[in-house]
Amino acid sequence: MESYGLNPDRGLEFGLYTLGDHIPNPHTGQRISAQQRIKEIIELAKLAEQAGLDFFSVGESHQAYFTTQAHSVVLSAIAQATEKIKIGSSSTIVSTADPVRVYEDFATIDLISDGRTEIIAGRASRIGLFELLGYDVKDYEELFEEKFELLLKINEEPRITWEGRFRAPLKDAEVLPRPKKGKLPIWRAVGGPPGSAIRAGMQGVPMFLATLGGPATSFKYSIDVYRETLREQGYDPKQFPVATAGFFYAAETTQEAQRTYYPYINEGMKLTNGRGYPKQHFAQGADPRDVMNIGSPDLIIEKILYQHELFGHQRYIAQMDFGGMPFENLMKNVEIIGEKILPAIRKYTRKK
Amino acid sequence: MKVVLLQSSIVGSKTRTALEYVESVFKDKHPQIVVEMLDLADYDLPFSDGRNYLEYTGDAGYVTKTLMEADALIIGTPVFQASIPATLKNIFDLLPEEAFLDKVVGIIVTAGSSKHYLIAETQLKPIISYMKGQLIQSYVFIEEKDFYRKEIINDDVLFRMDRLVEDVLSMAKALEDIRLAKEAEYGF
Repeated sequence: MESYGLNPDRGLEFGLYTLGDHIPNPHTGQRISAQQRIKEIIELAKLAEQAGLDFFSVGESHQAYFTTQAHSVVLSAIAQATEKIKIGSSSTIVSTADPVRVYEDFATIDLISDGRTEIIAGRASRIGLFELLGYDVKDYEELFEEKFELLLKINEEPRITWEGRFRAPLKDAEVLPRPKKGKLPIWRAVGGPPGSAIRAGMQGVPMFLATLGGPATSFKYSIDVYRETLREQGYDPKQFPVATAGFFYAAETTQEAQRTYYPYINEGMKLTNGRGYPKQHFAQGADPRDVMNIGSPDLIIEKILYQHELFGHQRYIAQMDFGGMPFENLMKNVEIIGEKILPAIRKYTRKK
Repeated sequence: MKVVLLQSSIVGSKTRTALEYVESVFKDKHPQIVVEMLDLADYDLPFSDGRNYLEYTGDAGYVTKTLMEADALIIGTPVFQASIPATLKNIFDLLPEEAFLDKVVGIIVTAGSSKHYLIAETQLKPIISYMKGQLIQSYVFIEEKDFYRKEIINDDVLFRMDRLVEDVLSMAKALEDIRLAKEAEYGF
C-alpha cells in the first residue's frame, strides 16, 4: 500500500476529478470559453489543496463538449500551481498514445510536482479518438493491454528491451526522466462489467472503479472479484489499493442538492452521451445505499462511510463539475467538503 | 409531440404503403402532431460497430438522432425468412441500450402469409421491451391479399391502423402525464 503512496492509518483519501467537460450552463444556454474552463480547473485544484483534500485528477476525452484533451499539459500547470495535493489522470487513454511519451510526460509532471504524480490508465468509454488519432477500433482491447503492460514495464525498469505489435521495438532503451521516487503509482481504470476488474487483478495493479449510480452493493462485486483474482495470482490484496469515482454534490439539504445538480447532469449527459439521466434513477440516488454522493453533508458522510465499510477502499474521488456547473457552486462545495465532510470521514475511517 | 414512422426494409413497397396511410391519418385527424417518415430505402447505413450513436455521421447519424428524438414510433416491417429484416435489427444495434425509454412503440407488420402472424410477438416485441419501449400490445398484421396495386383494399386493416394511431397518441399522452406527475413529486 505504501508503495502507492497511501497510508491506510490516515483513513480514506478524498479527492476531486474532472473529465474536463465543456458544456453550456443548462439554465442560460451560455458556455464559458475553453480558456476560462481550463483556468477554472487549475483554480479548483488549488482550492482543493487549500481545503485539505488529498487528490485531484484530470481526464482526457477527444470529442465535442470537452476541453482537456491534452490533460497532461493541464496537469503540469496544476503541478506548478499546487504544493501538497497528489495529482493524477482520470484517465489517460494509453491505447491511443505511445507509452514511452506518456511516461516521459508524467515523470516530468512528477518532477515539477515534487513527487506527487500518479497515472490512471483507461481504455476509453467512447471510441471517436481511435479515428482521430489514427488507430483501428478493432484493436480496442489489444491496444490497451499491450501498451498498458509496456507502461508498467517502463515504470519498473529504467532500461528496457521490448517488442510488441503496436509500437516499434525498444532495444536496451532508457526512458527518461525518471520520477522523483523512482516509480509512479500506476492504476487501472475500471468501469461497468467486472471483466476489466479481473484483468486489473491478473496484472497486479491497483484499481480505480467508476461508480456512476445504482446500489453500492452492485459495485462491491467488482471489488471482491478484483481482490479474489489478485489472490489467485499470488498477490497479497492488502498491498493493492482500490479507489472509487462518482458523482458528488453537496448542499444544505438533500433536496436542494438534487434540484441543483440534476439539470447539469441530465443536460450534460444528453450532449455527451446522447441520453439524459432518468429522473427516477436520480431520485433514488438519495437512498443511503445508492452509490451517488449527492445530498446534504450528513447524508454524504453516511453514504461514504457505508461505502467504505462495504468496499474497504482507500480513496474516493468526486465529480462535481459536470455539465457546466458554475465555478461559484464548485467553490462552495469545496468549502463544505473541507469543513464538514472531510473531518468526519477522516475521523471515522482512520486507524484508531 | 413527435412521431416517427420507420419503414424498416430497403426493398418492397407494401410496408411503405401501409405507413403512408398512417401518415395520412395523422395529417387528417391530428395535424398538430409532427410526423416524420423514415424510410430505410432512402438511406445508406453501415452495420453497427458498437460506437455511441452520437459518433455516427451522415445517414447513420441522421437516422439514429431522429429516432432518439422521437416521442413515439410506429415501426413498419415486412417478414423475411420468418423473421424481421436484418435492416431493422441493424437499427436496434445502432441505438444505445434503453433507447426507447419514455417512448411509445406501435407495430405494423406486412407478410406474405398468415403463418407469420406471431413473428412480431416472438421476435420484435422482446427487443423493444428490452430497449424499454412502451409497446402498444395490439399490432396491425397485413397480408399480401390486403393490397392491390399499392393500395390497401381491406377496410378492416384500415380500421385497425386508425385504432393504432389513436392508441399510440393516447398512450404517449398518458405516459407523459404519469411521468410529469411523478417528477413533480420528487420536488427537484
